[in-house]
Amino acid sequence: MAQTITQKILSKAANRTFVDAGESVWLNVDILLTHDVCGPPTFDIFKEEFGSEAKVWDPKKIVVLPDHYIFTANEHAHRNIDLLRQFAQEQGLENYYDVGTDRYKGVCHVALAEEGFNLPGTVLFGTDSHTCTSGAFGMFGSGIGNTDAAFILGTGKLWEKVPESMKFTFDGPMPEYLTAKDLILQILGDITTDGATYRAMEFDGEAIFSLPMEERMTLTNMAIEAGGMNGIIAADEVTERYVRAKSSKPYELFISDPDAKYHSKYSYDVRKLEPVVAQPHSPDNRATVRSVQGTKITKSYIGSCTGGKLTDFVMAAKILKGQKVAVTTNIVPATVKVALDLECERYDGQTLKQIFEDAGCSIALPSCAACLGGPADTVGRSVDNDVVVSTTNRNFPGRMGSKHAGVYLASPLTAAASAITGKLTDPRDFL
Amino acid sequence: MEKVIQGKAYVLGKNIDTDQIIPAEHLVYSLSNPDEVKLYGKYALSGVPPEQGGLPVGNIPFIQEGSFESDFTIIIGGPNFGCGSSREHAPFALKVAGIKAIIAESYARIFYRNSVDGGFVIPYETSEHLNQLINTGDDLKIDVESNTLENLTSKVTYTLNPLGDVFSIIEAGGIFAYARQENLMAQR
Repeated sequence: MAQTITQKILSKAANRTFVDAGESVWLNVDILLTHDVCGPPTFDIFKEEFGSEAKVWDPKKIVVLPDHYIFTANEHAHRNIDLLRQFAQEQGLENYYDVGTDRYKGVCHVALAEEGFNLPGTVLFGTDSHTCTSGAFGMFGSGIGNTDAAFILGTGKLWEKVPESMKFTFDGPMPEYLTAKDLILQILGDITTDGATYRAMEFDGEAIFSLPMEERMTLTNMAIEAGGMNGIIAADEVTERYVRAKSSKPYELFISDPDAKYHSKYSYDVRKLEPVVAQPHSPDNRATVRSVQGTKITKSYIGSCTGGKLTDFVMAAKILKGQKVAVTTNIVPATVKVALDLECERYDGQTLKQIFEDAGCSIALPSCAACLGGPADTVGRSVDNDVVVSTTNRNFPGRMGSKHAGVYLASPLTAAASAITGKLTDPRDFL
Repeated sequence: MEKVIQGKAYVLGKNIDTDQIIPAEHLVYSLSNPDEVKLYGKYALSGVPPEQGGLPVGNIPFIQEGSFESDFTIIIGGPNFGCGSSREHAPFALKVAGIKAIIAESYARIFYRNSVDGGFVIPYETSEHLNQLINTGDDLKIDVESNTLENLTSKVTYTLNPLGDVFSIIEAGGIFAYARQENLMAQR
């Protein structure tokens, strides 16, 4: 029987040769990811249900990456980091990346890739909705809650309903002014925020396979914004080169059968697409940048698992080189590695860091920061009636702090161009 | 579990995401320490813009100033309830506030799983646009066995979609209670 790539990976994890969309199966989990917001309550449930002396199913398969509330004076947030540290010690978790040490990484979805935990053909669950990011590596990644995560901690298994798949094909060579962020916002406008609920979103086509891993991650990252269970891109030589540089662990490559069944198929020619934003207050509220050009903004924010990777900053630097920003512009690298790369990576003779500093941007320490608002002292948090252009993933009311603020989700090119003019600006004006 | 759920309705719009249900700045409190747990009740639905809370009129607070529990028992929502983040704090906060059931046109997957597997609230689905038919403050009665919703205020009865396979998890009180009941894991 023909299967999609998602079905094939889930078949393997269920020790089966075929699983059908709609059936519920028990999966063997390869990696469980958690962080400082959902780790402590997950560990509480684990102890409550399996016993205070219980041991996790496999300490090597649990990855704990504190990233949400790191650089804050909030005492409860500090307490939660202490709880992570304590559990990691008790359980001997070697993949714990402690705050305040040189092991600290930053935003978990980007760090998972950098540290070689993303392996084609494997199954990852995480207590964060953006766990779907890892699907860029030809693997299954999906977000879950604390109770389900506690169940995995004790058993290494979880039931899941095999999703139907939706296929999104992008043909043509990517124009310089277009980014993965524009592609996913294009899709969101077409299928809306519940258009993929309980389904897999599979990305295919010449444009997709021309993208570096970081850009592919932007696409799969926002599958959850359409309600998707997972987003997935089959691994190719670009994936293998990235993975081989980070890990020596075995992996398995899967591709969808040509006659696999899909819920629906969408095709786009990237040469006909334009830079877009998602207007307040929903990720599916799409508009071309040109159609809202001139809308005044008070902040520009470039960061997060979606838009805080090295490729995002390279794009922003291209626009910001030699320019000055007109509004507060926060540069928030996703991870320590990205932050270090800003000091080495050069564009037109200058490091990215120099370009951003010369333009008047503020560079923050790596964490989730204001993508989700966070404690009151979080850097870049929106206040009052702020109008923010942001490379992050969600713009529901209050997402970046103030519930009276409006957030325009955009590509790093658009966020950078808008920072210079203080108004929503099509990046083609600067390219 | 209770066979009848009765209480006042709190009506909301579409796409009520988890940041509106419990804003991220409050996710730092413990979910097990009773003094901190009650704060989840206090801040439940505090991210909903005031004019969109308590429809159709709006500007009806879900929690009274200084209180930790709501006067409302059943939430009526639209499509895609609970979209956004994976935070289990969201259905947890609604439970702490006193919510027993939600009736919405559809749910985001993670919120639905969390509600069921954590045994927090019953997530009923309906094909009717109930958030346009029911007013905040209406007295509602859900008959769990017959999957019906009676609006005691307007004297109209609606049919809810059967809960299907997840009914037994809800009935047991969550995924762990269900797993023990079905001998999928050791008894305590």
